Amino acid sequence: MYAYDEIDQTLVDERVAEFRDQVQRRLSGELTEDEFKPLRLMNGVYLQLHAYMFRVAIPYGTLSSAQLRKLAHVARKYDRGYGHFTTRQNIQFNWIALKDLPDALADLAEVGIHAMQTSGNCTRNVTADQWGGVAPDEVEDPRVWAEILRQHTALHPEFSFLPRKFKFAITASDHDRAAIKVHDIGLRLIRNEQGETGFEVLVGGGLGRSPFIGKSIKPFVRGRDILSYVEAILRVYNQYGRRDNIYKARIKILVHELGIEKFAAEVEQAWQEVAEGPLTLDDEMIEDIRSRFVYPAYEKLPAMPDELRAAAGDARFEAWRRNSVAPHREPGYAIVTLSLKPVGGPPGDATADQIDAIADLADKYSFGEIRVGHEQNLALPHVARRDLPALWAALDALGVATPNVNLVSDIIACPGLDYCSLANARSIPIAQELTRRFANHETANLIGRLHVNISGCINACGHHHVGHIGILGVEKNDQEFYQITIGGRADEDARVGDLIGPAVPYAEVADVVEDIVEAYLALREKPEELFVDTVKRIGVEPFKERVYATR
Amino acid sequence: MTSPLQQKIKITGPSVVTANRTFDGVVIYRTADRGWSTELANAAIVREAEPARALLAASVADDVGAVGAYIAPVKIDDTGAVVPGNLREQIRRSGVTIALPAHA
Ligand code: HEM
Ligand code: SF4
Repeated sequence: MYAYDEIDQTLVDERVAEFRDQVQRRLSGELTEDEFKPLRLMNGVYLQLHAYMFRVAIPYGTLSSAQLRKLAHVARKYDRGYGHFTTRQNIQFNWIALKDLPDALADLAEVGIHAMQTSGNCTRNVTADQWGGVAPDEVEDPRVWAEILRQHTALHPEFSFLPRKFKFAITASDHDRAAIKVHDIGLRLIRNEQGETGFEVLVGGGLGRSPFIGKSIKPFVRGRDILSYVEAILRVYNQYGRRDNIYKARIKILVHELGIEKFAAEVEQAWQEVAEGPLTLDDEMIEDIRSRFVYPAYEKLPAMPDELRAAAGDARFEAWRRNSVAPHREPGYAIVTLSLKPVGGPPGDATADQIDAIADLADKYSFGEIRVGHEQNLALPHVARRDLPALWAALDALGVATPNVNLVSDIIACPGLDYCSLANARSIPIAQELTRRFANHETANLIGRLHVNISGCINACGHHHVGHIGILGVEKNDQEFYQITIGGRADEDARVGDLIGPAVPYAEVADVVEDIVEAYLALREKPEELFVDTVKRIGVEPFKERVYATR
Repeated sequence: MTSPLQQKIKITGPSVVTANRTFDGVVIYRTADRGWSTELANAAIVREAEPARALLAASVADDVGAVGAYIAPVKIDDTGAVVPGNLREQIRRSGVTIALPAHA
């Protein structure tokens, strides 16, 4: 966990007081909505279809149990008893009253949580691999760097009024669990031949109306230079970024229009001006941040304890363990993913009672720490392997042990037309129907890793472009229709999926997805060939034929 | 941002003005007596562009009470009751189409 200092706390507390005053002036009519809107957005408050929505940041997805309990408290006291974990390591509350928001923010501030950087044309909440600090395959903890970036960019005047929102994501492993290629700046922590750590820097990725995969702008930037280098990128963006046309304002468009070489040359030139300046990090500063990440005192424990051996005979436990338990850098420990994708449930939602119970389990089994990933699931990052059977039983009772992590029913979905004022079509009921269709674990397991991502409109909050199967809601004559793409992915080999044919009506989406999956099962060369790999090998045509032949 | 009043008003059938209540975000409808109601049944119905524009203008003027006022389509069903004119408005009136997690 990261230990915030007093400067952070003062900042957070001051912001609450400021917002309380702003809300009060809005409710008394002293501020018009036009004046107030940018102020509420700076505090994560949107207006959705039915109510105000409140988006709270979970920087790099790390939470303490005390913080998690406070989120449950906000859900219970000010909202309708649940929260929604999003694809950007945020949590959203859907039904909060404007009058209650200052109190909610004040309650969250008690545990160092806030809503800054969750909205507006600023550098948004910096996201990172949710397994940061515990993954066995990482170079080093990416959250240290996410925190350095967070501190530098938060409320930075130059980065608070950018042409558009700006998103960073960081990974420290070859296997990208942070979807860095679909972010404005993606950073991959690597070690060079001299043993120095630094970053491969990617720029210009993003989803939305025009999806782009980020391009590598520099193969290696030393850790100490990362702030100055990022500053150079943002300066070029600030200078050339289109402010006249909201659809062209993202950095991905600038990179695309200038070309990566020209863009890189501009950045290189801008960097000359700031490199070796005050933005250069010294080792002491890096060490100071690093030292604030406190790791548990792990014990030396066996990787295969008796408890685990004994539970291996339980088929339900084994089904869960196979998909939900990942290796930890300490052999006697594991990373446990909690599925927020129960059969028939809205992806990413958790009730206040569940959240509280998860906080208790984190205290009991994971040194009081919880992680939030972009797939809208949670994780307990430090579970002793001997505790896995007991933990599983508790998670199962809570309804967060559906054995579907990374399987076809582990769906990413945006709120869609059930909540969102920008939506064209619903997302959640489609996800729910799909989880019912694929409720049989044996079948899902046979299908293997398959990510279905759903967005209710072109803004792509549900990452549909990079779903192995992507579903995008569109509107035709006041009816809900869905475009379906296949072959997208959000990992180290990220790509945008290909459309398989005309949009289909609401009632047919689940059938089409079933058809696609059946086609895959028939077309794959061997059971180990994943869905995306089959699509890569044979293209979309064979799928198109099977899906549309009968329609 | 363009004000809703500067947008072209095209009306194809019976319509109402709807918004969210500033205080708590609840969906509200403009009534004939220049107030707001949470019940669609109490909404003032307009059928032509000019009265619609007037109703919208009056609604937008109430900046303290309501946010984001706009004109929304409605239908009159077989029983003569006013019902939302599209799915979006139906969801706004009746709430999400799914069970909330607490009841799941
Ligand atoms: C009030 C609710 C929401 C609104 C109004 C909203 C609005 C938007 C808009 C306008 C964009 C397009 C950005 C662009 O192209 O520049 C966008 C993108 C995005 N949103 Fe949302 N969103 C909402 C909820 C969510 C939720 C619930 C999630 C996560 C589940 C989410 C995650 C994202 C992501 C990941 C993108 C992709 C951005 C990119 O890569 O370009 N948003 N959102
Ligand atoms: S993709 Fe569209 S419908 Fe879904 S949350 Fe984003 S803006 Fe709303």
